[in-house]
Amino acid sequence: MDQFFNISVITDNFTYFMIGRFPHGPLGGVGLTLYLAVVSCILSFFGGMFLGLLSISRFAIVRYPTLGFINLVRGMPLLMVIFWMYFLMPALFGKIAENNTVIMALTLFTSAYMSRIVVAGIEGIPKGQTEAAISTGLTSWQLMLYIVLPQGLRNMIPSFVNQFVSLIKDTSLAFIVGVSELTHVATQINNRTMAFPTEIFIFIAVIYFILCYAFTSLSRWLEQRLTWVKAI
Amino acid sequence: MLNYTFDWSIITSGKYFDWLVAGLITTLKLSTISIVMAFLLGLLIAVMRMSNSKPIRWFAHAYLEFFRNTPLLVQIFFWYFGSYKILPTAVNDWLVSTNFEFAAAAIALTIYTSAFIAEDIRSGVLSIPKEQMEAARSAGFSYLRSMQYIILPQAVRITIPPLVNQFLNVAKNSSLAMTIGVMEMTYQARQVESYTFKGFEAFTAATVVYLLLSILITALVNAYNEKVLNIHKAA
Repeated sequence: MDQFFNISVITDNFTYFMIGRFPHGPLGGVGLTLYLAVVSCILSFFGGMFLGLLSISRFAIVRYPTLGFINLVRGMPLLMVIFWMYFLMPALFGKIAENNTVIMALTLFTSAYMSRIVVAGIEGIPKGQTEAAISTGLTSWQLMLYIVLPQGLRNMIPSFVNQFVSLIKDTSLAFIVGVSELTHVATQINNRTMAFPTEIFIFIAVIYFILCYAFTSLSRWLEQRLTWVKAI
Repeated sequence: MLNYTFDWSIITSGKYFDWLVAGLITTLKLSTISIVMAFLLGLLIAVMRMSNSKPIRWFAHAYLEFFRNTPLLVQIFFWYFGSYKILPTAVNDWLVSTNFEFAAAAIALTIYTSAFIAEDIRSGVLSIPKEQMEAARSAGFSYLRSMQYIILPQAVRITIPPLVNQFLNVAKNSSLAMTIGVMEMTYQARQVESYTFKGFEAFTAATVVYLLLSILITALVNAYNEKVLNIHKAA
């Protein structure tokens, strides 16, 4: 058994897998993966809302550039977005920590996808609601803020959670610019120990799976629950 | 602001242009091989997922959940670094004798994508009215034969747009193959950047290529939806 699946390489490095060199050094491993995912998720919620609202603006001069930008980002691989950020940001703003570069890239990328969710959520609100709001004299901003978004956002929640799952998976790409999240930590340990790549990569695959599956299940549960609430 | 001189000539001709073209060809080759294999595997998993036997259904379900909920990069690393322990020696020897980086990337992309394709096919099949299956069974077809002759031909027609979109995803996802040294589009762009310090030009070239690919494929899907499925998207 020990030859086939060497468990000690996992147990010996377990803390390193989980939190990197924290608290004596920077956070790494699963901790950093979750940190990157959570921060990017919160930022891209606002980014997605912003892009989504602009992309259904009444003014063509706002709408078309926004749609163009969204499609540009959605047409690119995430890796490309990360490289763009990695090379463009320092040229524009001077030195930026790799963690923040990755957060910016993930935020930009996910915002483009979230904007589609926001638009779908807004379009899912029955037209009667909008008409009723306008006839009671609300301005278009009040209509959005008090009538459409509160209802729309609730329907978007499962999709947002799915997007968060994608983000957890996408953080593995931070490896490429040397951010020491879980995948990077795994390659480090793999390079150091040399002999146990199978064990290491199966182990981190299982960790990712547990994280993602938990949130996928949450999203399914929310979806059922929300339909149930709506049915009443 | 930007203290940088642009020199577009390096990517429009000469050695670096050839590199980028070679990268594009590798990307297309890798994505085409992967999508074809992923379709076949996905079809198999989708049929298993709808089987009457509980263990088979459970296996297909576990397969789907596991491969959809792990990052593609980790799967690529697993096949590249760690698969030798679980594969038979003959397969290992064969893989090493071919272009191993390419093979590992193709295997990872195939398996990852097959999980998504299986779900696409399944929702296509579920959209076929139940009566079709019942009629086929009462006409004396076995379960597999009803699938083969009655259900799947109709389901695949509906599933084509999501499948074509999956091809686009594979083309984008294949950029991760650069991490194990497959010389595809992103790898070559990075390479040009390293040789010339002209990162903006190189990445612009790669971005434009990916963008053209996605515009082309989206246009194809829209045309198919309108011409074949008669779905007209509101403008």
